[in-house]
Amino acid sequence: MQKGSGALLDIRNVTKDFPGTRALDNVSMEVREGEIHGLCGENGAGKSTLMKILSGTYPYGTYEGQVFFGGEPTRFSGIRDAEARGIRIIHQELALVKQMTVAENIFLGAETAKYGIIDQMSLYSETRELLRRSGLNVPGTALVRTLGVGQQQMVEIAKALRGHVRLLILDEPTSALNDAEVENLMQTLRELKHIGVTCIYISHKLRELFDIADRITVLRDGRCIGTEATADITEDEVIAMMVGRAPTGRFPSKTRRAGKVMFSVRNWTVRNPENKDLYAIRNVSFDVRAGEILGVSGLMGSGRTELLQSLFGEYGFQPSGEIMIDGKKCKINSSRDAIALGMGLVTEDRKNTGLILMHSVTHNMTLPSLPNLSNGPVIDTGLELASTSKLIKELNIRAPSVESKVETLSGGNQQKVSIAKWLMTNPRILMLDEPTRGIDVGTKYQIYELMDRLAADGMAIIMVSSDLPEILGMSDRILVMHEGTIAGIVESEEANPEKIMSLAAMGAREDRRSNS
Amino acid sequence: MGKTRLETSQSTVDMSLVEQVPGKKLKDNLRAYTMVFALLAIWLVLAIATQGTFLEPRNLSNLFRQTAINGYLAIGMVFVITAGHIDLSVGAVAGLTGAIAAMLQVQWLPTLGAELGVAWLQAGWPSTIISIVAALIVGTIIGIWQGAWVAYGQVPAFIVTLGGLLIFRGAILGITKGINIGPMNPTFQGLGQAYLSHTTGIALAIASVALIIVYTIMSSRNKLKYDFPVKPLWTEVVLIVLYSGLVIGFVIIMNRYRGVPIPVVLLIVIAVICSFIFNRTQLGRYTCAIGGNLEAARLSGLNVRRVMVQIFALMGILGAIAGIVLTARLNAATANAGNQFELNAIASCVIGGTSLQGGSGSIPGALLGALVMASIDNGLSMLNVQAFWQQIIKGLILMVAVLIDVKSR
Ligand SMILES: Nc1ncnc2c1ncn2[C@@H]1O[C@H](COP(=O)(O)OP(=O)(O)OP(=O)(O)O)[C@@H](O)[C@H]1O
Ligand SMILES: [Mg+2]
Repeated sequence: MQKGSGALLDIRNVTKDFPGTRALDNVSMEVREGEIHGLCGENGAGKSTLMKILSGTYPYGTYEGQVFFGGEPTRFSGIRDAEARGIRIIHQELALVKQMTVAENIFLGAETAKYGIIDQMSLYSETRELLRRSGLNVPGTALVRTLGVGQQQMVEIAKALRGHVRLLILDEPTSALNDAEVENLMQTLRELKHIGVTCIYISHKLRELFDIADRITVLRDGRCIGTEATADITEDEVIAMMVGRAPTGRFPSKTRRAGKVMFSVRNWTVRNPENKDLYAIRNVSFDVRAGEILGVSGLMGSGRTELLQSLFGEYGFQPSGEIMIDGKKCKINSSRDAIALGMGLVTEDRKNTGLILMHSVTHNMTLPSLPNLSNGPVIDTGLELASTSKLIKELNIRAPSVESKVETLSGGNQQKVSIAKWLMTNPRILMLDEPTRGIDVGTKYQIYELMDRLAADGMAIIMVSSDLPEILGMSDRILVMHEGTIAGIVESEEANPEKIMSLAAMGAREDRRSNS
Repeated sequence: MGKTRLETSQSTVDMSLVEQVPGKKLKDNLRAYTMVFALLAIWLVLAIATQGTFLEPRNLSNLFRQTAINGYLAIGMVFVITAGHIDLSVGAVAGLTGAIAAMLQVQWLPTLGAELGVAWLQAGWPSTIISIVAALIVGTIIGIWQGAWVAYGQVPAFIVTLGGLLIFRGAILGITKGINIGPMNPTFQGLGQAYLSHTTGIALAIASVALIIVYTIMSSRNKLKYDFPVKPLWTEVVLIVLYSGLVIGFVIIMNRYRGVPIPVVLLIVIAVICSFIFNRTQLGRYTCAIGGNLEAARLSGLNVRRVMVQIFALMGILGAIAGIVLTARLNAATANAGNQFELNAIASCVIGGTSLQGGSGSIPGALLGALVMASIDNGLSMLNVQAFWQQIIKGLILMVAVLIDVKSR
């Protein structure tokens, strides 16, 4: 039997085919014991696929090539085998049972039990320990569905840390986290490294990779382009490796010009439907002009998503206030009203609220626009395909065919499908909630260009983002939210990271006075 | 507005993406083929066991007739299950609507006619038409009512239709007082018992072949209109020949007995219409979307509640059709007509590959499933297998079918 090299993990000539696509093409790479190994590449480059092979999700025999772990060849027939050897993975898409508690999720399948009766005490005490180690401050008895996306991600991490861990794989762990949570995670990873846990860290955020990784490997189109020590390489060089050419700037230059006010909100107040005594949104007023991009910033839980969803008619208890489009008052009771008025909303959580994963690219993209694509109740499938494939090309979505199920696309391409779905409705007011989450640098640029082009054509765009550089780079004006109220609206010329962060963290001064 | 922008886009279709589009690929259809082979295997076994009697035209004619009533219900059930719900009341709805039709024709209309002194209410076509329309209306109203409970009342469909099952069974007993209501007028009976004349059968077969050809040409035209590649001519021709052969062969076999049974004609018509609704209309697409991801469907602006009511209304109509044909076939309404039909309908859907999780379903599959269930009933009774064995075997087949389905995914 062949022996591996001295590295902890040695991947040799791995090739993986899916019907219609070669996801990995003869990939070889090494991960050394005790290092944090960064992995990056464009959407669809094959990162997640490679990690699924390492973690036994794709069992031995479904791919070609060899993987050595600790010098021994791996022949995983399932995730359990990999876990038994100390390999843990946190998948790109969250995989928690929403109706169960944090503790139940963390120990799902690994409960301490006697005669099948779960030992509740040890369950919750071990959970407390794991939560402490991963820096998540919620009780183990909390239901997962009551947590934000960021906190859910931390639960996943706590779950991965249970038992004996030698290699921890994180597939885009920070795409849903805010800065504080990211810092927290980095701290946890450094501590883990200290106690000898090896880590593979996938991210589209190069800043993070350079911050934490010892070495970085780049994949492109299923091939391994190279591995470099972080100290010997620059961000631009990594981007060049990823896209195969020298990088352009991060943000396109503006071609849009703001016109007349198109969308106005006055004294918008919404109660929390789960607890009707609480306000989710309070007294929010703002305008968006045609040809303008309004950025919405704020901390996790400051009400940004709730604001968009309530304006779209799909969130909140007894919303009050006024919405005006082109100066005319509108009543929006449901997403159907909103769509009829020319609004679109790209939701932040594509898996749960954006896409129907088991359906095809076409069916997902055309769902809100079917009335425009039909003669009476009958769908014009030719027109449907034509408009779908046009957008697929425009957004450079990588899918084997328009018939492919969305669940077989890479995460970033799924995100593009959920944006395409709303572009298809031809909205005049487009609301984007975290539009570039999980999207690679090259594609981000394309999406920014697209946003600029749409605005230049007269669209009013509202963009919620937790990515501060993105907010600063793309917005014409920035609305900062704090606990459901507006902490301030800043013109882009006057905006800087400190100003936005301080508004987000403590709200406007007057606001605080009126609260107390 | 949306339309104009979309239409200007035709020139920019990316060929590489749509190359595989025309029709479904072979691979996707593999599951469907497995079903067909399974059915043929069952037929083969039964044919050997009965020394060929099973495959005689007379028995096949019976077999298809037996499939029909379960078939109507299974088609409706595909919609309900694909939307992520279930309907336990369909058998009771069939029983109740059948009973109402029978009561109208046998008692209520004649009484009314006598009171008003109108002779044409006594019997014949007018009374048959009134009874049928009334049954259909009642079925639709029941469907809308149950759909409203599910959609607006937000009571789980399992509970609503379980309640419905009890309510409608009770109503049947109340209306019929537990006795058989019959006989029906011959015009009514025909719906369950008559056959197409041999020449009509052949004429309809030829018309269907013509329709298949026209449809193929039209869909190629539509593809060309949007610059999509069309299938090579020879595959189109092979498909046309195959489908036409099936249709004509079917009619010839049926004609060797008494002709195509009317309930079977009805089943085919309903299956074609409902497949079209399922695959090509917004209602069908929305059904899948709601079952696939309710939240995404809602946020895409679908009127989820209205779609739910429409689906249950469709189920109600199909339940009424089943009830009418059942009454016609038995030539009477009985208190336990339609008992447990809901279970057969659900089983047929599931055998045919409709996912109980919602989100995907198949009408041809459900029909195959219905045919499998009927074949087993029919074959085993020919072999004089006791009724209890039939039930046990059907139960096992259901489980094995789903096992194969799950394993072959
Ligand atoms: N189950 C599947 N069936 C078919 N194709 C698949 C499947 N999973 C992945 N692919 C294809 O394999 C390729 C690599 O996908 P993968 O998810 O590994 O990309 P990725 O590098 O993780 O991208 P991202 O940054 O967007 O997450 C893509 O082209 C994708 O469409
Ligand atoms: Mg990925």
